[in-house]
Amino acid sequence: MPSKKISLTINGEAVEADVEARMLLIHFLREQLNITGPHIGCETSHCGACTVDLDGKSVKACTIFAVQADGGELLTVEGLANGAELHPLQEGFFQCHGLQCSFCTPGMLTRAYRLLQDNPNPSDEEIRMGLSGNLCRCTGYQNIVKAVRYAADKINQAEGAN
Amino acid sequence: MSDAPELTLEEREATIGGIGTARKRKEDARFIRGKGNYVDDIKLPGMLHGDFVRSSHAHALIKSIDTEEALKVDGVLAVITAKDLEPLSLHWMPTLAGDMAAVLADKKVHFQNQEVAFVVAADRYAAADGVQRVDVEYEELPPLIDPKRALDDDAPVIRDDVAENDEVGQGSRHHPNHIFEWKVGDKEATDAAFETADIRIREEIAYPRCHPSPLETCGCVASMDAVNGKLTVYGTFQAPHVVRTVVSLITGLAESNIRIVSPDIGGGFGNKVGAYPGYVCAAAASIVTGHPVKWIESRIDNLSTTAFARDYHMTGELAADKDGKILAVRANVIADHGAFNTHAQPMKWPAGLFNIVTGSYNIPVGHVEVNGVFTNKAPGGVAYRCSFRVTEAAYLIERLVDILAQKTGIDKAEIRLRNFVQPEQFPYSSCLGWEYDSGDYPTALQTAMQAVDYAGLRKEQAEKRDKGELMGIGISTFTEIVGAGPVRNCDIVGLGMFDSCEIRVHPTGSVIARLGTKSQGQGHETTFAQIIATELGIPSDDITIEEGDTDTAPYGLGTYGSRSTPVAGAATARAARKIKDKAKKIAAHVLEASEDDLEWEVDRFRVAGSDISMKMKDIAMAAYSNVPDGLEHGLETTDYYNPPNFTYPFGAYICVVDIDRFTGDVKVRRFYALDDCGTRINPMVIDGQIHGGLAEAYGIAMGQEISYDETGNVLGASLMDYFLPTSVETPEWETDFTVTPCPHHPIGAKGIGESPNVGGVPAFTNAIVDAFAHHGVTHMPMPHTQAKVWQTLNELGLNK
Repeated sequence: MPSKKISLTINGEAVEADVEARMLLIHFLREQLNITGPHIGCETSHCGACTVDLDGKSVKACTIFAVQADGGELLTVEGLANGAELHPLQEGFFQCHGLQCSFCTPGMLTRAYRLLQDNPNPSDEEIRMGLSGNLCRCTGYQNIVKAVRYAADKINQAEGAN
Repeated sequence: MSDAPELTLEEREATIGGIGTARKRKEDARFIRGKGNYVDDIKLPGMLHGDFVRSSHAHALIKSIDTEEALKVDGVLAVITAKDLEPLSLHWMPTLAGDMAAVLADKKVHFQNQEVAFVVAADRYAAADGVQRVDVEYEELPPLIDPKRALDDDAPVIRDDVAENDEVGQGSRHHPNHIFEWKVGDKEATDAAFETADIRIREEIAYPRCHPSPLETCGCVASMDAVNGKLTVYGTFQAPHVVRTVVSLITGLAESNIRIVSPDIGGGFGNKVGAYPGYVCAAAASIVTGHPVKWIESRIDNLSTTAFARDYHMTGELAADKDGKILAVRANVIADHGAFNTHAQPMKWPAGLFNIVTGSYNIPVGHVEVNGVFTNKAPGGVAYRCSFRVTEAAYLIERLVDILAQKTGIDKAEIRLRNFVQPEQFPYSSCLGWEYDSGDYPTALQTAMQAVDYAGLRKEQAEKRDKGELMGIGISTFTEIVGAGPVRNCDIVGLGMFDSCEIRVHPTGSVIARLGTKSQGQGHETTFAQIIATELGIPSDDITIEEGDTDTAPYGLGTYGSRSTPVAGAATARAARKIKDKAKKIAAHVLEASEDDLEWEVDRFRVAGSDISMKMKDIAMAAYSNVPDGLEHGLETTDYYNPPNFTYPFGAYICVVDIDRFTGDVKVRRFYALDDCGTRINPMVIDGQIHGGLAEAYGIAMGQEISYDETGNVLGASLMDYFLPTSVETPEWETDFTVTPCPHHPIGAKGIGESPNVGGVPAFTNAIVDAFAHHGVTHMPMPHTQAKVWQTLNELGLNK
């Protein structure tokens, strides 16, 4: 199979790799780089478990090729915390019981991260709309909405204080 | 050892974080960082990948399987067919229901997407390439899709392998497509009650085939160590010990040479109870190749082959007097089990616990008949977030009671209040054979009615009806039966359905406890620690809970049917109490006091009326250094708990919907759920369980269906077609509770995980039908998609 050398930044670190042209980004992350936070739930773009952040956009890593990420800046759930310090979204999910089996959580967190970048103070309805591409089978979403609200408030308060 | 109280009793209680605390979850630390460890995250040196060639037909003979081209694909190592497994006797496997299921299709396929060959390759891409190049030649046979035609004289025979057998593991049968006939109750008395009753209602109520569809599909990594002969299988197993025993029975390997590990599981909801061909093929491939072999389902594989739920075609009847007092219940069910009887129930219960169909009502007589049949569909019949067929039963009775209300003109809440089993009747023996442990149904419903201003809602509904607007109020006052179960009547492949907990208190006072259950997101690492914390006075943060590794955990029957808290939770409390009994002896010895003078106080034993006490933490150290003569060192024990009865959680749900009469769009305005699960261990986790179960109920009621066309093509086998609700349409949930402790459980807990699914579905249907009740509508079949609701509007001319 033809392969191609790609270079990109993942969670702040420069990565170079040879990838098969047909390799999906999710398999590149999970199998070649052992970044197993993003999950595979459907392989058809519906469930969002594989969501990562690529060049400032939420991307379902099961439906793009790794070569399409060449030169890009990529963030996965593993890159959200600042060392031991959790991202307010991670804290929010913990505090508000926004996760159960947690298979959706990495995608949910990464998607919510982009949502708050784009809209720092979303209404509950906007949060629900913003997360509509990420399925959760356990929580019934209510606590996820709370968790995102918690994070938004925390980020906004911290910025207000500055 | 005197020790001035540095904290008040309340502060000490709070430090412990025991039963009743909304403790944050311990497992979250890894999950929020993306550091969970699910089966597809496991990567072993030299690991290969397996994938299936699947049948394109629902019913066909296999004329030939050509693997030559596949074997030429770069990276493909082997293509395994039934012929290859036959010498190992692995081409068929016993099911949990006493039938046999094909591991790889043996001369014939019985449903679309059935496993035909297993391609083993260096990576998943090569495996997929190999699958494409296996050429299978079929000769099509007429398929049988409609379960109601399965027992016709001219119905195609699906299972040639058992066509001549008088039974297939669950009692006598009378047709090649018949699996079992199950009857319970007093037929004669029931028939007599119906004959003389003033009011009779009858409705055909189908509960469609749906699928639990956890976000993580099924999968495994099997690794045979040829040197020491040990087979390790990591997989999505809700019941790892049962898998170990079954693997041993199938392969002949000693159980001590089999290690089954369930890592983190991404939701189960019943999907991960059964044994699937992928597990067997991965293990066989590992044995053959000497490499670890991974098999992970795609979503389409998941929805179309492993573990569907429901597919119950029910006819329900109630007899009542003019005041709406129910005199008898009758149910007749055709149960579609697909091509193999792989349903997962306690083995003596071919229709699960369906005879809980009396619900929350005091019904003098009843009779139930269920017939299981084979069809050319995926095999299964698992309990999708419910205790074995309890969802179907609850749906039937809750629908029938509503229909009776409409027939008699009695309000739907009032008819329930008139028929409830009363609090003083517990323990209550139902006419279909169960002994309900405890309950207070009137209080639950009255609390719910008050919370939503039921009278106000009915008034509003009447006003809206005058204006031609459609508003529905759905009530569901369900009773569950969970916590399987008493070993006298519950077993799986002969294994009694007890459960277990082993507790080890370390010298410095921290604890590790292991259970025979397996969390799939329910939060066991958090909640079981809370039980021990309260019993032993050790902070829950110092207690580690482990599950899922059969090499370390005590034998248990796993997590499904809301059994973890009722069964393993009881074992946990009892194991802790055994520890505490021993700790008391040690404390008495160290404090030079009589055991009779010692009193338990949150986290220590105190010599009554004195300031002399000894903390559990200090007793733990003494257990390893200073024990009285005749007492063994150490502070460890195991408890195997055989529950004396099931538990009977219940609830009162009220759902309010507004329906757009032009488009058929159903808006859930309000959903109020009052649950009574007895003693509440962690209110935060309970609320989470209820939210999730209600969202599943919403999905089932509004859109989930695995249907088939007349040739047996499975429709709805991807997330494009199969409805999993998103955050946008999922309603807001209001939760509430009463507490009626379980009288036979050590801490009074009943289990909660499945109540919202069981109770939620009828609440949605009842609300939607209620919106049309004034037009004479008594039933609308699930799922209530917008298109189907619109059809009803159109038929009634309400959209004009």
